Amino acid sequence: MSDARAAILGTLRRTRDAHPLTPPPSDFTPLAEKQWPPEERLPRIRRLMEAVHTEFLEATEADWPAVVTDFLTREGASTLLYAPETIDGAKLSANTHSPSPPRGEGRGEGDVASSLTLIPYDRPIEDFKQQMFEGIDAGLTGTLGAIADTGSLILWPSAQEPRLLSLVPHIHVALLRADALYDSFWQAMRDGRWADGMPTNALLISGPSKTADIEQTLAYGVHGPKRLVVVIVR
Amino acid sequence: MADHAAQAVNFAAASKAALQDSELRGNFRRAMDGLMTKRAVQFADGQEWHRMRALAASVRLRALSKLPELLEQLETNLTRNGIQVHWAATTAEANAITLEIMRKANATLAVKGKSMVTEEMHLNAFLEDHDIEVLESDLGEYIVQLDGTMPSHIIMPAIHLNTKQIAHLFKQKIKDAASTGEDAAALTDLARRILRQKFMKAGVGMSGVNAAVAETGTLCLIENEGNGRMCTTVPPVHIAFMGLEKVVERLEDVPPIISLLPRSATGQPITTYVNMISSPRKEGEKDGPREIHVVILDNGRSSVYADPELRDTLRCIRCGACMNHCPVYTKVGGHAYQAPYPGPIGKILVPQMEGLAKRGEMPHACTMCNACVEICPVKIPIVEIMGRLRVEAVRPSATVKDAGAQASRTEALVWKGWAAMNSSPLAYRLATTALSAVGNAAPASLPLLKDWTSVRSKPRFAAKTLHDLARKKGIPDV
Repeated sequence: MSDARAAILGTLRRTRDAHPLTPPPSDFTPLAEKQWPPEERLPRIRRLMEAVHTEFLEATEADWPAVVTDFLTREGASTLLYAPETIDGAKLSANTHSPSPPRGEGRGEGDVASSLTLIPYDRPIEDFKQQMFEGIDAGLTGTLGAIADTGSLILWPSAQEPRLLSLVPHIHVALLRADALYDSFWQAMRDGRWADGMPTNALLISGPSKTADIEQTLAYGVHGPKRLVVVIVR
Repeated sequence: MADHAAQAVNFAAASKAALQDSELRGNFRRAMDGLMTKRAVQFADGQEWHRMRALAASVRLRALSKLPELLEQLETNLTRNGIQVHWAATTAEANAITLEIMRKANATLAVKGKSMVTEEMHLNAFLEDHDIEVLESDLGEYIVQLDGTMPSHIIMPAIHLNTKQIAHLFKQKIKDAASTGEDAAALTDLARRILRQKFMKAGVGMSGVNAAVAETGTLCLIENEGNGRMCTTVPPVHIAFMGLEKVVERLEDVPPIISLLPRSATGQPITTYVNMISSPRKEGEKDGPREIHVVILDNGRSSVYADPELRDTLRCIRCGACMNHCPVYTKVGGHAYQAPYPGPIGKILVPQMEGLAKRGEMPHACTMCNACVEICPVKIPIVEIMGRLRVEAVRPSATVKDAGAQASRTEALVWKGWAAMNSSPLAYRLATTALSAVGNAAPASLPLLKDWTSVRSKPRFAAKTLHDLARKKGIPDV
């Protein structure tokens, strides 16, 4: 359809040149001014995301694998899909001994924890599509941080941490480092120099999947995860 | 092209029927009141609103000022990223391109995320004629597709139906819907189960585009449900459809649009997902489509662009706020317009796309109250364009398709007479004296008068003209 291309671009160029348009300057200060003191960012993110049913857990670098597996076990999940090639994924599998009960103090439910099976996302989706859609309860991903303005997680899925990890499982568990907080999407994009090289897929996630298409009644978990659990790692 | 003979769409008759449907009116009233309230909360800070919309408008205007160059840059960068670009002058071309991609992929099932451009194309009907199943996956679109109708709102397609009506529809059309009752959560869950099977099996996923970034070759999609991510990630082939005006210059231009669109549309600070796609699956990646195609559709947009005043129509970011605030749309609903885009933006966009012979009534379905202009996040002068199109409808020109289609000899004659009367003092005096003496004898059923008097009382001429009264007071004629 190169005819269409030439015709369209030709018309646009000719008519634009006949009536040029001088746009007003773009003043980005209303975005630049969206700032919060560092100590207010996390509470704001939490408030905004909890308003759309996101759940939060607190953890440390040392205990987050246990916090995650304990939580999922308590919630009755039996399978957790994770990214074995990431640092977090390696740490999770090293600290979780399924089916034998994981270690850790103050956790008397070790026997129950053994029911959580870790499943590595280590092959192309075509090789286990059915299992992905029908046999996975939860998926674990990292994040690049979160945004105070709107209460959003930033994810750049990768070869190691694929895109569907945060989409198909019914529960999405996301690790958020408490020091990786941005004021706005605009700031995160500029500070991270995103325009210099975008990944295959970049995502902002601001809650579990939801819809209000039936008479404006909010319902969660329409196509994507029914629950989003953010683990704040300090 | 063998265009369907442009038969005028009768908005007046459809709106009359809609006005008498009290259930429909109730559904819209409730929804629109809720949306307006939620939007107002998002823009409680008037300063922020004014500055943000100035920024968003500047982003759109800058894109339009360089539109041909940006489209070329977009094409270069998408291609470099491994995304295939197709250009379509008409919806027929876009449909043919889509069919060819589907055939090459050996796909007989496509899942689709919300895309208004595909509504323009009537893509579903076209593909079904070629034995390809297309399943709408946005819940509202899915409901509308089950019902065999069209979206009544560009953001909330099934807003014209209430839970009870949707439950009834599901019961009729879906086998295991008996247990869901009239509960929105249960109905949603049923749709989830059905559609997940389809996402898994579909050979092609389709989507719209909210913004395409020329600088990086990135497609931005926003949504709440996750069906957009499913359609653009699970099937092996992804086809994205965009109107040619959807391009923005820089990645940095996306945040202002992402900020204003959901706040204006549904009163949310942000949608659940902002999905930015820059490439098909790369070597070593474990999911994502292996092929991505972008179809860039003109369908009359380049003609809209040609006129410096009408061009502003193309600023639109499709938030739908103008519908929610329109005194006409909120009363009659979206179906009365019988168009892919209803409400204020539809009233200026559709006549330019489809021509004034078919859509000449649309620009008149407006009270010119300016509510849409006040809430438009990119400051489109909708009402001015509406006025311009009313003129185009009766005055033949080369600017708008079928301009002059509504020209009426009687109306032209009346205005000619009016002009003659007002340009001669003698004619004016004679005419006004005659009208004040016998004008009231004219019956309300006179041809031109009838349209007005059918719903209003006939205005009465005063016994004395203003001139007579002024003269009596000693004010001299100039």
